[in-house]
Amino acid sequence: MARETLTGSRIRERRLMAGLRQAELARDVGISASYLNLIEHNRRRIGGKLLVNIAQVLGVEPSMLTEGAEAALVAALREAAADTGPTAAETDRADEFAGRFPGWAELLTATHRRVASLESAVQTLSDRLTHDPHLAASLHEVLSTAAAIRSTASILAETGELEPEWRDRFHRNLNQDSLRLAESSRALVTFLDESDGGADRRGVPQEEVDAFLQARDFYFSEIEEGTAKPADLVADAPELTSRAARALAEQALAQYAADAAALPLAQLTRALEVHGPDPVALARETGADLPAVFRRLACLPASVAGREIGLVVADMSGSILFRKPVSDFAIPRFGGSCPLWPLFTAFSRPLLPVRRRVSQVGHSAARFECLAVSWSLQPPEFDSDPLYHGAMLILPVSGDDAQAKAGQVVGSSCRVCSRTACSARREPSILSEEF
Amino acid sequence: MNRKVVLIEDEPNIIEAIRFLLTREGWQVETHSDGTDALDVIRSAEPDLVILDLMLPGRSGMEILRDLREESALSALPVLMLTARGQMRDREMAEKAGVSRFMTKPFSNAEVIDAVRDLHAQASQS
Repeated sequence: MARETLTGSRIRERRLMAGLRQAELARDVGISASYLNLIEHNRRRIGGKLLVNIAQVLGVEPSMLTEGAEAALVAALREAAADTGPTAAETDRADEFAGRFPGWAELLTATHRRVASLESAVQTLSDRLTHDPHLAASLHEVLSTAAAIRSTASILAETGELEPEWRDRFHRNLNQDSLRLAESSRALVTFLDESDGGADRRGVPQEEVDAFLQARDFYFSEIEEGTAKPADLVADAPELTSRAARALAEQALAQYAADAAALPLAQLTRALEVHGPDPVALARETGADLPAVFRRLACLPASVAGREIGLVVADMSGSILFRKPVSDFAIPRFGGSCPLWPLFTAFSRPLLPVRRRVSQVGHSAARFECLAVSWSLQPPEFDSDPLYHGAMLILPVSGDDAQAKAGQVVGSSCRVCSRTACSARREPSILSEEF
Repeated sequence: MNRKVVLIEDEPNIIEAIRFLLTREGWQVETHSDGTDALDVIRSAEPDLVILDLMLPGRSGMEILRDLREESALSALPVLMLTARGQMRDREMAEKAGVSRFMTKPFSNAEVIDAVRDLHAQASQS
């Protein structure tokens, strides 16, 4: 049905939206209800003064009734129908649908646009996994080395009489390959868990924000000095390409600005000289709250911090909201992290700081002092369940102190953790299954 | 007369292990690590069987396999393809190109030996 023949349908739609009965509208414009009924069912043409009068009563421009929905909306509906393939609904009635149900038509086209956007993001991620040359090369290296080790080890274990010359050669090969495997598997896990910085990781808003923060080393002198606002810094950041990423980045910088106002850099620097990176002592000395002290410590310029300080902020679902990586402590990029992290212990006792010495499975022998705390986002209220966020500072331990106490062994995420006997395991590891 | 296998593989310790295993099985093993001239090596060696890695420097095992199947003298030669890429797509492409057996790394020695025995027995019967 042609668009201009649907004027009656649009009158009916507008009348129902206005909450008018057919008889009421007919009376207001001086025609019978039965005649209006014929018009509304597109059985009578309408124009001239009657159309103007009806439009006036309905509070719309006459053109809204004659032209109906925008051509773009109809085109978008047809596009949505075409994308679903040959079994699509009645595309020849898109005009009628948009005319009679403009709100639903808008919703449908918006949903179609959203699906297209999500499909594009999925394609980006899928392409990365399939065609990433670094990933393909790392996997090839790991599997080839594993094949060499498996063959060589089997020969040594299963061959009864092995000439000393061959035996020595295979021992050498085994040693070489085990070193290679350790290096290549570590590189692979690091690649899977953390950004390699130079790679193009656009496609997910959080990754764009991570890249933006890492490029600035998590320190924004303009905010510290009050010479720029978060929105200005976000607007000047070309790496933040999506609207969602810009919104997330602005949110992160607004938190940064609030923390900087509550605990200025000069005050924090003085307190650090006395207490070192002890968040509880710093909070007591400066009067800032503990979560703010955690965040400020993680965003210190290198010249003040004098050491690596990592930070993870998560919500109660375990989703990571903020990450500042630290060497040799893998933080998963996607999916859940290790539930053994002290961060999650902190959720069981809000506002009480938790300190744990940890080391990570599958990584170097590095030890870390992890300090965690969780806090409610809102003031307490009756009849309202609190929402908590938690933060964990990750401080590498060096020197003799690192040797003194091994602490708790934690992972990164189950997928890349080789510790099979773990009561916290959620899913099998690719390391134990396939390597 | 010695049975001869040509092993085209760029991982030196895999070469060493397979050479050891097949030599003990009575095979004469000739090895090569580069894909570029692998076809020439196979032509001149006139082997009974080829073990071919998929990812090689210079030229991929898949390209070598396709060329090999187009030469009448080599079209029936048993080829065992080794790969670290176990994706179904690679397997299907290799089968389409005429691979005799496809094996993903890391494999066991027994799998390699069994595959070589099977392929040679099949070729001897035909």
